[in-house]
Amino acid sequence: MHISRSIEILVGLFVAIGFVAMFFLSMEVSNLSSVSKEGGYDVTASFENIGSLKVRAPVSMAGVTIGRVKGVEFDPVTYEAVVTMSIESKYNQLPSDTSASILTAGLLGEQYIGLEPGGEEELLKNGSVLELTQSAVVLEQLIGQFLFNSDSE
Amino acid sequence: MLNYFQRLGVSSLAMLERLGRGSLFFFYILMSIPSVIIRPRLLVAQMYSVGVLSFSLIVVSGLFVGMVLALQGFYTLSDFGAEGALGVVVSASLIRELGPVVTALLFAGRAGSALTAEIGLMKATEQLSGMEMMAVDPMARIMAPRFLAGLLSMPILATLFSAIGVLGGYFIGVGLLGIDEGGFWSQMQAKIDFDQDIVNGLIKSVVFGWVVTWIAIFEGYDAIPTSEGVGRATTRTVVHSAFAILLLDFILTALMFGDV
Amino acid sequence: MGIDWGNKLSETNALIKLRDVHFSRGSKLIFDGVDMDIQRGKVTAIMGPSGTGKTTLLKLIGGQLKPSSGFIEMDGQNVHQLKHKQLYQLRKKMGMLFQSGALLTDISVFDNVAFPLREHTQLPESMIRYLVLMKLHAVGLRGARDLMPSELSGGMARRVALARAIALDPMMIMYDEPFTGQDPISMGVLVQLIRLLNDALGLSSIVVSHDVKETCAIADYIYLVSGGKVIEHGSPQQLADSESEWTQQFMQGMADGPVPFHYAAKEYAKDLLSARGVK
Repeated sequence: MHISRSIEILVGLFVAIGFVAMFFLSMEVSNLSSVSKEGGYDVTASFENIGSLKVRAPVSMAGVTIGRVKGVEFDPVTYEAVVTMSIESKYNQLPSDTSASILTAGLLGEQYIGLEPGGEEELLKNGSVLELTQSAVVLEQLIGQFLFNSDSE
Repeated sequence: MLNYFQRLGVSSLAMLERLGRGSLFFFYILMSIPSVIIRPRLLVAQMYSVGVLSFSLIVVSGLFVGMVLALQGFYTLSDFGAEGALGVVVSASLIRELGPVVTALLFAGRAGSALTAEIGLMKATEQLSGMEMMAVDPMARIMAPRFLAGLLSMPILATLFSAIGVLGGYFIGVGLLGIDEGGFWSQMQAKIDFDQDIVNGLIKSVVFGWVVTWIAIFEGYDAIPTSEGVGRATTRTVVHSAFAILLLDFILTALMFGDV
Repeated sequence: MGIDWGNKLSETNALIKLRDVHFSRGSKLIFDGVDMDIQRGKVTAIMGPSGTGKTTLLKLIGGQLKPSSGFIEMDGQNVHQLKHKQLYQLRKKMGMLFQSGALLTDISVFDNVAFPLREHTQLPESMIRYLVLMKLHAVGLRGARDLMPSELSGGMARRVALARAIALDPMMIMYDEPFTGQDPISMGVLVQLIRLLNDALGLSSIVVSHDVKETCAIADYIYLVSGGKVIEHGSPQQLADSESEWTQQFMQGMADGPVPFHYAAKEYAKDLLSARGVK
């Protein structure tokens, strides 16, 4: 059976358009362009309460996303949550006494980790532990606290 | 009453038998795939009739599905003042669900039924038998290239559907409803994950491509070789494909996104 | 494709041997011990009433169906013990002409005839063109090469299929009901072609048919099959002179005889009277 040239060209175009669509989805629609998959380094931090923080939540400093939450585990000894964050390798100038807090984007938005730089000369590297942490604000607790405080006054 | 159980038994046995024959058939196709790799021209011809000819249908459907999603999403999101998340809503639903599923359903209607009819007619007019007697194995010459073409075309079409749909959503959201363009894209990029969303959507479309093409080719091959039999087989292809797609979509979604 | 000369001299010189072939479809017994020898270089006809499984017999020989017992040998090879690959090798030596022609409907006449050549040989396109035109010329349809199968009449389609069947220069050709539904002219053409090709190309031919006159005109040897058995065999002349009533009825196309005009039924008068109010 003979296939005409035009059919071959059309099939080639078809496959090429498929690749273009794939490229568009990966680069423009998804986070593939903003997060480099490899070359990041991991730091961990312990929190008393992480609220509803999820794996893949952004890790940001000064509002810029510089990494992602890689894993959340529970430490049975300290009863704290241990969060592993992957920071992109180009942000390797962070001081070792950087503090981490769990924040909420907007009133109903998702939770993310905000980093605040410290003043140490030493820098964070793979496996570093962030000592200064601030847990997620749980709305119920906050309201409870507020009521308790206003009562005592 | 007993009669009812007997009929149930007979029909489930028949179904099981068909499933068995279908699996065996699939096994033979797999065995014949190397012969297609030696002769890629056969595959190109089938990519044309299976993939390229479904192109316009997929593009038009994708565009409109994306535009409708944007209109409906905007309506709901504006109640919460979260119009900026429109890009996320459109792209997530397209990439995770509608892209693969709607493409597969359209594909079953367009390419699947055509495959069944073509192979069924080849059987009815003794072309398959004739090929066997010419020492040309219909599995390698007819079935395997069509199967591979379906398997390869589906993910391409589904990706295209999603991409066009996102663009359609963009035209409506940013162009017509006046959502901020930067927010549309950036929220989308922040929320859509390559591994989690795009790769999983791609896996879905490959699975759907496999099951639709398999059903279509088998129904054609197994059709009663009369015009009536071929007609019925064509209908069965569309119905069974639709069931299989929706069932598999549920299973895959539960496996992929169930714990998120 | 070398011929095994040592094996060839054993027993009989027949190209195809069927020995005690049984075949049943579901619970219906189609063949109940069939023995046949198809001689080399001859036109052998298999005749019998409709529904005796003549086409099935061809499919058994071609290895598309498997007998439940007995064996079929072609050119010294047991057809049904061959592996998939060997069977396909063997089939290159067979041509088969289906009742419908079985042309591939999406390609032209030329490409149809070229199909087996392109599938099985690595010949350059110029050579294929030469061969295809030669085969088409042999069946008188060189001018129809650019037509599509849907544009052909039934007789022309069969001639194209014939050209395709001889494309690979097989050892034998099986014709499945070649004369059915043909007008007298194309019938005459086919009769002549079968004989001519058989002799000119040194083929062996098997013709399955129930058209007595045409078949007798070209066949060297005839097997009469009915009820799953070979009823009688011999040259056309021998059969015409046969003493068997059944053979006479079949060969002369008489309405009544050993094969009754009436399908088995109750006695006529009784049947009419009992038609009402018995239940």
